[in-house]
Amino acid sequence: MKNWWQTALAATLLLAGVNLASAAEPIRIGSFLTVTGPASFLGDPELKTLQMYVEDINAKGGVKGRKLELIHYDTGGNAKDAVNFAKRLIKNDKVDLIVGGTTTGDSMAVIPDVEKEGIPFISLAGGVEIVEPVKKWVFKTPHTDRMAVAKIYEDLRKRGLTKVALITGDGGFDKSGHEQLLKLAPQYGMTLVADEFYGNKDSDMTAQLTKIRATEAQAIINFGFGQAPAIVTRNIKQLGITLPLYQSHGVASKSFIDLAGNAAEGVRLPAAALVIAEQLPDTDPQKPVLLAYKNKYEAKYGPVSTFGGHAYDGLMIAVGALQRAGSADKAKVRDEIEKTKGFIGTAGVFNMSPEDHMGLTLDAFKMVEVRKGAWKIID
Amino acid sequence: MFEQLFQFLVTGITVGSLYALVGLGFALIYNASDVVNFAQGEFVMLGAMIAIALLDAGMPLLLAASAATLLTIVAGLLLERFAIEPAKGASVVTTIIITIGAGIFLRGVALLLWGKDFHSLPPFSGDTPIQLGGATVLPQSLWVLGITVLLVALVRAFFNRTLLGKALLACSFNRVAAQAVGINVRVMLRLAYGLSAGLGALAGILIAPITFSSYEAGIMLGLKGFSAAIIGGIGNPMGAVAGGLLLGVLESLGAGLISSGYKDAIAFLFVLMVLFFKPTGLFGHQLVERV
Repeated sequence: MKNWWQTALAATLLLAGVNLASAAEPIRIGSFLTVTGPASFLGDPELKTLQMYVEDINAKGGVKGRKLELIHYDTGGNAKDAVNFAKRLIKNDKVDLIVGGTTTGDSMAVIPDVEKEGIPFISLAGGVEIVEPVKKWVFKTPHTDRMAVAKIYEDLRKRGLTKVALITGDGGFDKSGHEQLLKLAPQYGMTLVADEFYGNKDSDMTAQLTKIRATEAQAIINFGFGQAPAIVTRNIKQLGITLPLYQSHGVASKSFIDLAGNAAEGVRLPAAALVIAEQLPDTDPQKPVLLAYKNKYEAKYGPVSTFGGHAYDGLMIAVGALQRAGSADKAKVRDEIEKTKGFIGTAGVFNMSPEDHMGLTLDAFKMVEVRKGAWKIID
Repeated sequence: MFEQLFQFLVTGITVGSLYALVGLGFALIYNASDVVNFAQGEFVMLGAMIAIALLDAGMPLLLAASAATLLTIVAGLLLERFAIEPAKGASVVTTIIITIGAGIFLRGVALLLWGKDFHSLPPFSGDTPIQLGGATVLPQSLWVLGITVLLVALVRAFFNRTLLGKALLACSFNRVAAQAVGINVRVMLRLAYGLSAGLGALAGILIAPITFSSYEAGIMLGLKGFSAAIIGGIGNPMGAVAGGLLLGVLESLGAGLISSGYKDAIAFLFVLMVLFFKPTGLFGHQLVERV
């Protein structure tokens, strides 16, 4: 026992050594996104956003004097790959936290590993099941499909329309949205008079829409993303159907208007405020954040999309938590992410809590309509 | 009900004629070389994408479409010359795998050139729907139908009336014998690739205003075209046309009358049934094993 001071000294030195090392070591942010494949239009702007802002933060001195290091893998939309990459990020790259998971499928697949290893994970996918029920280590930044559905039904109710025809695709996003459409319908007093499907690579949906035309529907809801909703929109015009058409937030980008052309006029959809940033009143606290992100992104890469915005929100929430935690200690960072309050992101104002790992409310969505080839905010 | 049925048929025939054109391309190359060219869908994509790019560059539509068709034919010839010909003498399966690789390569090139976005071509003559006894048809659908009929007639005349066409047909029956009577089999093979690339490109350009195009657009179309060729009896060009129309109508009726969720399943089930009960296709000639 007489050598106790030697042991103490060694321990102190060791700790000091660790501290010295960690001061120089970067904070590792792991990411797995769908940069190629069918959901690439989501993952591509997400990756660009992460890279752009990590560079930006590092140029300004990093977080608490430590640089950020982004380690990224492309899953191609394959959930199995997502699992492998998440394992690699945790075991080999020893990341401090993960910001990624473009699709709901990818995100759900990695949750067991993330939970087991105890790594803070901020998902960029829409599915409500990611944070419901709440999982200790899992958070997300985009609006859920349930919110989109609620927003659409709310708007329908305001217009006094209750008989609704659904037409959805066969992708994960479509199916998850479809489930919410069915689930929330009674709550809003909606009667579903048709429920049609199509394949996301189909080139013609007139058969399904002809069936819908024969029902007594008062409005059509098409939940999907990619080119299929644009084809649906065109087919509706082609068949001479004049019912109001609602799309999901999945098509809230300029390319939808370009593809659907004239047929897009009058289409309504719930969208993040980023799409109509310029139309917000100057008093809106979100406006400067949106314009700053938009201008920065567009100066470097071209037209902005809401999807890249989710990555911005995720990264900034993580950086905020790292700053408050004062270190990259995983448990502390997790607690701080959960305490995120009043963070103004591109998707809305985030107020997380132990019961809510997303932290957005319904008013984060704006109902927009296509008028003269551009988005117009109507509520 | 009758109106609905009519609309389903109109839709089915429009989509079906597209499958027919792609299927025709499959049949042509199969005829000349026993090879199923899985890059056929990529020809469709290339035609559409090149036409869109040229149009964006300021070329008038007709010129852009012709140039895109020619360029795709060149791509088809290059594919034959630099991917298929060097593997001469390789087994059919090897060659098929080469065409799959070529398809992936073409998709990659398109991805680099035009990105991942969907692109659209303006309709040839407006997008005001035409009323046809309760059903509505897009003017573009009439273009698709008209040009398909024209192309099918041309291909038929080519095989039945011209010496070149007959020579190509001869290769399909017996390559050694064809060579023996002085037909240059290698030239015929190039001809087949060029022709089917051209047909694919035209199909792509015709359909782009209706369905849009992207670097991946060829995959599904290729699959459907292949199914059309199988239904009709692979190697029988007119069978492929009939198969394509049948597939299109079946899909549309399946989606409209049974369930839109099982639309593709119905179509592919039909392909399986054909293969079960008539392995040579509905219009295929009885296969005689060549020894």
